[in-house]
Amino acid sequence: MSSKNSMNNSSDNSASSSSDLLRSALVDSLQDPTPGTGYAGLTPDVALHQAQLRAGEDLSRSFAFTTRLEAVVAWGRKNALWPLPYGTACCGIELMSVMGPRYDLARFGAEVVRFSPRQADLLIVAGTITEKMGPVLVQIYQQMLDPKYVLSMGACASSGGFYRAYHVLQGADKVIPVDVYVPGCPPTPEAVLDGLMVLQKMIANNQPRPWKENWKSPYDKA
Amino acid sequence: MTKLESLKQDLIGKFNIKDYKFIHSVGDDIVEIPKADVLALLRHLKSSGRFDFLMDVCGVDYPNREKRFDVVYHLFSSKDGSRLRIKTQLAEGEAVETATRAWKAADWFEREAWDMFGVKFTGHLNLRRILTHHQFVGHPLRKDYEADAQQHCDVALPIHFDNEEGRDGNVLDENLVPLNIGPSHPAMHGTLRVMVELEGETIRRAGCEIGYLHRCFEKMAETHPYNQVIPYTDRLNYCSAPMNNVGYCKAVEKLLGVEIPPRAQAMRVILCELSRIIDHIVAVGTGGVDLGALTGFFHLFTYREKVYTLFEKLCGARLTVSMTRVGGMAQDAPEGWFDDVLAFCKDMRGQVDEITKLMLENKIFIKRTQGVTPVSAKEAIEWGYTGPLLRACGVNLDLRKLTPYYGYDQLNFDVPVGTNGDIYDRYLVRIEEMRQSIRIIEQVCKNVPGGDYTIRDKGIVLPDKKDVYGNIEGLMNHFMLIIKGLRPPVGETYDATEAANGELGFYLISDGSGTPYRLKVRPPCFAIYQSFPTLVRGTMIADAIATIASMNLIAGELDR
Ligand code: SF4
Repeated sequence: MSSKNSMNNSSDNSASSSSDLLRSALVDSLQDPTPGTGYAGLTPDVALHQAQLRAGEDLSRSFAFTTRLEAVVAWGRKNALWPLPYGTACCGIELMSVMGPRYDLARFGAEVVRFSPRQADLLIVAGTITEKMGPVLVQIYQQMLDPKYVLSMGACASSGGFYRAYHVLQGADKVIPVDVYVPGCPPTPEAVLDGLMVLQKMIANNQPRPWKENWKSPYDKA
Repeated sequence: MTKLESLKQDLIGKFNIKDYKFIHSVGDDIVEIPKADVLALLRHLKSSGRFDFLMDVCGVDYPNREKRFDVVYHLFSSKDGSRLRIKTQLAEGEAVETATRAWKAADWFEREAWDMFGVKFTGHLNLRRILTHHQFVGHPLRKDYEADAQQHCDVALPIHFDNEEGRDGNVLDENLVPLNIGPSHPAMHGTLRVMVELEGETIRRAGCEIGYLHRCFEKMAETHPYNQVIPYTDRLNYCSAPMNNVGYCKAVEKLLGVEIPPRAQAMRVILCELSRIIDHIVAVGTGGVDLGALTGFFHLFTYREKVYTLFEKLCGARLTVSMTRVGGMAQDAPEGWFDDVLAFCKDMRGQVDEITKLMLENKIFIKRTQGVTPVSAKEAIEWGYTGPLLRACGVNLDLRKLTPYYGYDQLNFDVPVGTNGDIYDRYLVRIEEMRQSIRIIEQVCKNVPGGDYTIRDKGIVLPDKKDVYGNIEGLMNHFMLIIKGLRPPVGETYDATEAANGELGFYLISDGSGTPYRLKVRPPCFAIYQSFPTLVRGTMIADAIATIASMNLIAGELDR
C-alpha cells in the first residue's frame, strides 16, 4: 500500500494517485485468500466494493476518491437506462420508431423498456399531458426509484405545444421535474436519440439537478 | 321525387309536420323539428328501415339566439348511402329525451354533448363528464368559454362503473375483486383506462374512462383559420394522419363548392391508401404485441418506416404531414416519387403474405382470437360500428364503394368482409385490406393524371412563392388571403370519408368568417369503444386485452 504522503504531494496528481491506490487495493483483495473477503465466491463488484472500502480507510475519504467512484457508477448508469415509455399521443407513435428496428435505441443501452415504474429509471414523456392525466403522471413519477431521470419528448410534453387549450397542461414540467427537452412535433427519432445522449452526458458528468432536488408534488395537500 | 320529399310524404299524418322545416342545402338533407318529437321521429325512421345508423349526436351553441342550443342527429342508411340531419333547438336548462332509447350508439355522443355544452338528455343513465376531468366546471365548447381557460385536476377518479337500471355504478360489489388497468399500462396504449370487477379471472362488470388525451381539437378549430386547422387534424388519428387531412379538406371544399383537380385527387388517394396500410400495420403489429407476439411488430414496423420515408420525401415530415390544403395539395410530388411508391408496393405485397403466415396461420394466435367477443351484424350497426370492425361482422359497407369520391369507383378493388365478427375476423379483414390498398395504389400510380396539384382560386389558395415575390398581383393576393382568410359561405355540411378505422365525418358550420364556427369530428373508434363494457362482460380478463387491441383505439381521435 502506498503511504498517505503521496496524497499530500500536490492537489494536481491526487486523482491519479488515488486511482492507483484503488487499483492496488483491488489487486490486494482479489489475491486475498481469506474466504468471504477475497475474490473466491464473490462477484467482482463486491470485491471492488471491498477494495474501495479499504482504500477509503487509507485515504480517509479523500475528495478525489469519491469522484472516481461516482464516475464508475455514472458510467454504469448512463449505459443502462431502463426507459418507461409514457407515450400518450402522436409522439408515442414516433417513440415506437425509436425503439423499432431502424433507429434501435438498444445501441445506447436503453432497450429494456419497462412499463412498471418500479423497474425503470428513465421516464420518457412522449405526448400531450392533459389536466386529467396530470395526477397519473405524478403518481408514476413518484413510484420510480432513485436515481431517476425524465426526458420530455416533443413540443406538447415540453410546453403544451400548439395546444393552448382548456384541458392541456402547458408542459409536463408543470408537475414533474424534467431533465432533457427534445423539441419537435413530433421530434424525429434522431432528435430523441440525441436527447438521450445529452442525458447520458449529464449523468456521466454528475451534473447537479436542482430542479429535481427541490421538486415537490404539486398535488400534495400538506 | 327527391329523398327529402318522399320522407315528407311518409311523415304526413304520422307527425305534426306543420312545425317541421325541410331543408336541402349544400347537398345535405336537413329536418328541423321541435324537441318533443325527436325520439318518436328517430324511432320511426329506424323501424321503417329508412335509416339504420345513428352516426353522431352533437351540440352547437348560438349564444345570441332565443333558444341557445342545437342538438344535431346524423342518420345514415347503409342501403343507399343517404344521410339525414335532424336538428332541434333547446334553451338553456331545457332537456330532450335521450336517443339511447332508439339507438345504443347515442350513449357516449350524448354524454359528450352534455360535457361540452351542458345540454341535458332526460332518461340517459350516465350523464356525466366524458372528455374533461371530473373537477371541471362549466362547458368548454360554449362560445363564452375561453379557449385557454385551464382548470386543474389534482386527483384521479377511483374505480367506478356505468349506472344501470336500478344499480349505482359507484357502488362496488363486495364479493368481486376490483381491478384498474391503465391509463399507464402497456395494453392501454398510454391513455385508455379500463376498470373491471373480477370473479376469478372472469369479468363480471367493466367500465372505461376516456378523455386522458382530450386536447380540445374542436375548440382549437374554432379559434384558427381554416388552413391552420389542418395540422390539428393530423393529430386526430396520428397513425394515419393524411387521411384526416383529406377528410377535413374534403368537407371544407364541399362547403366551398369547389372540386379539386384530378392530380390532387390521385395524390390524395395514394396518400390515403398508404396511410391505411400503415394504420393497419400498427393495429396488427401492436395487436400482436398485446397478445405476446413481438416478432410481427418488428417485422411490420420495418415497412412502416418505408412509408414514412415516402412521406418524408414528399413533404419533409414523417408522421404529421399536413400535406393537403383546402383546394388541393400543398405541393407537387417530387420527381420519381410515384415510382418509389410502386417499388414499395411490390415489397409490401410479399410482406403481407408473410404476416398472414406469421399471425393468421399461427396456432396460438388462432386460439387466442377465434370466437372471442364476437359481435353480430345487428349489434354492430346498433352501436354505430363502421370500417373494418363492421365488415368483420359480415356487413359489406365501405364508403369508397357506396358513395365513391376521388374516383374510387373507377378503381378495381374488393371489400373484404368477415363472417363471425370475432377478433380473428377483425385482423383478417385488416390484413386483406392492406392487399386491396396495394392494388389501389398500383392502379393510381400507373397513370397519375397530369396538370395542376391544386385549384388556383385567388380567394382560396395562396399564390406560388415566385408570384408573391415576383409580381405585385401575386403579392396582393397573398396579402389579402392572409389578412382576410379563407371564408366559406354561411352554411353547414357533413362530409364523411372511409378512414382506416371506419367512417370519419366532419360536420362543419361556417358563419362566413375566417374560422370555422363549429367543427365536429365523428371519430370512428369513439362509437366502437362504447360497446366495450358490454362486449367483455363474462369473458376472461386476457380476452378483454385482446379485444381492446383489436378495436385499434387511437386516443387522438377518441378523445380529440
Ligand atoms: S408534440 Fe406534436 S407530435 Fe408530439 S404529442 Fe404533441 S402534437 Fe403530437
